Amino acid sequence: MSMTGVQIYKFLPKTNCKKCGFPTCLAFAMKVAQKSIAITDCPDLSEESTLALESAARPPIQIVTVGADEKKIEVGGEVVMFRHEKTFYHPPGLVIRLKDSTPLEENLKQVEAVASYQVERVGMMFTVDGFAIENDSGDAAAFAKLVAAVAEKAPSPLVLMSTKPDAMKTALEKAGPLRPLIYAATTDNWSDMTELAKAHGCPLAVAAGDGLEGLAGLVEQVTGNGVENIVLDPGGRDYLSSLTQLTQIRRLALKENFRPLGFPVIAFPGEGTDSNEEESMLAGQQVAKYAGIIVLNHFSPSTMYPLLTLRLNIYTDPQKPIQMQPGLYPIGNPKEDSPVCVTTNFSLTYFAVAGELEGSAFPSWLMVCDTEGLSVLTAWAAGKFDAERIAKATKEFNIAGSVNHHRVIIPGHLAVLRGELEEELSGWEVLVGPRDAVDLGAFLKKSW
Amino acid sequence: MPTVEIPVEKWSGKIHEVRLGGQGRKEVVVGGENTLPFLHFEGSIPNPPVLAVEVLDRDPRDWAEPLLQAWGDVLKNPAAWAKKAVEVGANLIALRLKTAHPEEGNTGAEEAKRVVSSVLEAVDVPLIVLGPEVAEKDNEVLVAASEAGRGQRLALGNCEEKNYRTIGATCLADGHVAIGKTPIEINLAKQLNILLSDLGMSQDSLLMDPTTGALGYGLEYTYSVMERLRLAALGGDKMTSMPMICTVGEEAWRQKEAKTSEGVPDTWGPLAERALRWEEMTAISLLQSGANIIVLRHPSTVEKVQSAITRLMG
Ligand code: B12
Ligand code: SF4
Repeated sequence: MSMTGVQIYKFLPKTNCKKCGFPTCLAFAMKVAQKSIAITDCPDLSEESTLALESAARPPIQIVTVGADEKKIEVGGEVVMFRHEKTFYHPPGLVIRLKDSTPLEENLKQVEAVASYQVERVGMMFTVDGFAIENDSGDAAAFAKLVAAVAEKAPSPLVLMSTKPDAMKTALEKAGPLRPLIYAATTDNWSDMTELAKAHGCPLAVAAGDGLEGLAGLVEQVTGNGVENIVLDPGGRDYLSSLTQLTQIRRLALKENFRPLGFPVIAFPGEGTDSNEEESMLAGQQVAKYAGIIVLNHFSPSTMYPLLTLRLNIYTDPQKPIQMQPGLYPIGNPKEDSPVCVTTNFSLTYFAVAGELEGSAFPSWLMVCDTEGLSVLTAWAAGKFDAERIAKATKEFNIAGSVNHHRVIIPGHLAVLRGELEEELSGWEVLVGPRDAVDLGAFLKKSW
Repeated sequence: MPTVEIPVEKWSGKIHEVRLGGQGRKEVVVGGENTLPFLHFEGSIPNPPVLAVEVLDRDPRDWAEPLLQAWGDVLKNPAAWAKKAVEVGANLIALRLKTAHPEEGNTGAEEAKRVVSSVLEAVDVPLIVLGPEVAEKDNEVLVAASEAGRGQRLALGNCEEKNYRTIGATCLADGHVAIGKTPIEINLAKQLNILLSDLGMSQDSLLMDPTTGALGYGLEYTYSVMERLRLAALGGDKMTSMPMICTVGEEAWRQKEAKTSEGVPDTWGPLAERALRWEEMTAISLLQSGANIIVLRHPSTVEKVQSAITRLMG
């Protein structure tokens, strides 16, 4: 929630004394609104005004960083209830839970599998964000050992799970520099846990079992003690209580600007369900509905891939599809006599087609037309992918200069365009490809 | 302790309640809620979302392996298929008259009547009948289905801008519910509801299909247009207050992720698992954006999504 210059101006002394280096208080306020200088450059600002401005400038949901260096994740910072109102900005962190009661070897195998997991979608590479390590054994030494082993093997964003300050302390000695999330401060241990969070500069999860009021009360104690980077655990574990609490917390933060609950929320879908599949479904609900960090008890490629895909879907900008630069793309190592395929610049479409061409026996040229990021049929229905546009792109990208033939392949869904396109591109032969890109390999084998 | 006052929206609108079946057949009622999905703390949700299983009027030879395996022999016989679907938990059957498509056999009214009657006889749950999505053929076979199911309060679809008149009129004549389908656009959805209402169809006889994009294939557009439709409805707009139906199975199982086992990365996981997850994940997210009827294909998805719905209903 950033303030306008005029809103900021109201808090200034309005003396135009120029000590800030600006001719007037209003000019100063405008610069502050653009975030190019700090409000503290005005030496005469009253203490109340400073406080009011700082709290107004804070986002309604705090952005919390877990992890250090490039691998860190940022969660929270959302500004709307529904993605169409603006965008959901900070995708929830997905972490896999390990227990220190499991044999170390088994845990390390899991760490290896998770850390090396990566999957590509629309040209982007997705990975699992990190691990939640639980002191299930109750033994501080075993906890510290596992934490150290994971920190060494896969230095990634971590959630350290123990309610015992002693165990947390030894674990933080191993993993503190990775800035793990400390889980969790409770009514019993909050004082010690806040000290640990401060000492190591770590974010702190706050868990209270007795409803949102109890949680808000505990958060106030923790913030009063000087910890600002907080993640909430309101305690709901099943489908319904999770949805209810996450919705209520989001509403309180955004609509009421209720500070004590203006933080991202951690969810544990595995505790409200009985199997890997069900856990991933509940996690899906939590991706859509407001979780900041999701701790998964299970890890398998067949549940991870759909979950990462859903996260990408929900967290893309609804005003702007993910797009490719229009142009002529070589796929494989195409030569002068290689096929030329025509498609749109919607990333999803491009990668579907490019992927199939790569997997085929035919290095090819892929001509990507500017359809303003729309898929084949959507673009066609919107009048942004017609014979005229394709012909224009053929000339613009100088296809004739790259190949020694005059044949282009259009998507099967656009079969109706064939005649018209042959007219527009006189001398060219237009082949109608299959409807689905999956069948391109077979089509080329038969028809090229 | 700070006092926490949970913000509750005072919605003025409510989703129309639509009844299917009845008269000896089981009755299924959808809609009626006056709040967003599953927010029981805010309003009332008298009817849970329901699940339909898609049944084709011909052997689905082109379907993915996990589906063929799960259903087995019944796929050869729509009545047997429908029966088994009810056994695995379908609240409704969605019968797709595929063979009426000009490229799929071009069958007509006679065949439609026969298949619809046989399925109606085999099961006691309400029936949704969907045409081949070619306007003239839809008109032909849906009118036939309408006559075959007179008095059974079927849902007939899809009405599109091109052919809503004929289907709307036959629904009016035979007491059925019409499904209006529009391509992921709030104004088009509303416009079609207005056109159908102008024909004389009452608000409790309309469903809307916002067009489903599968997970990874346009889901985000469907998700958001559904949320917008629902918010408009709760805000008091009666012409967006129809219960929504989503063809999740059809869309999810069309995608490469649900079909291909070879030449895909290992990180996708094995087809037999991944394909199911694709359908489940599409379904669970659209439940959150306001789906009232979800049409599925795999029996295991029916069970899982049903369990999620039961828990979300509290
Ligand atoms: C998501 C979506 C949208 C999104 C846009 C997403 C985007 N960035 O493109 C939104 C909501 C904005 C939208 C809007 C509209 N949409 Co729309 N939309 C869809 C939806 C659900 C999915 C489209 C998609 O993303 N497909 C995935 C991509 C990868 O598919 P693809 O580009 O076709 O590529 C595949 C193949 O074509 C092939 N291929 C691609 N290139 C090539 C090249 C060669 C050589 C070969 C061989 C193959 C090949 O490979 C790919 C994978 O198999 C479809 C319905 C559906 N369920 O499919 C409707 C659909 C495409 N939309 C439709 C319509 C009518 C519209 C609107 C005109 C509605 C309106 N009046 O407002 C608008 C137009 C947009 C505008 N005015 O700006 C219709 C088109 C009808 C028709 N047959 O012409 C559809 C089919 C829905 C329907 N059944 O009515 N839409
Ligand atoms: S220093 Fe402060 S009071 Fe003086 S002109 Fe600048 S903003 Fe105004």
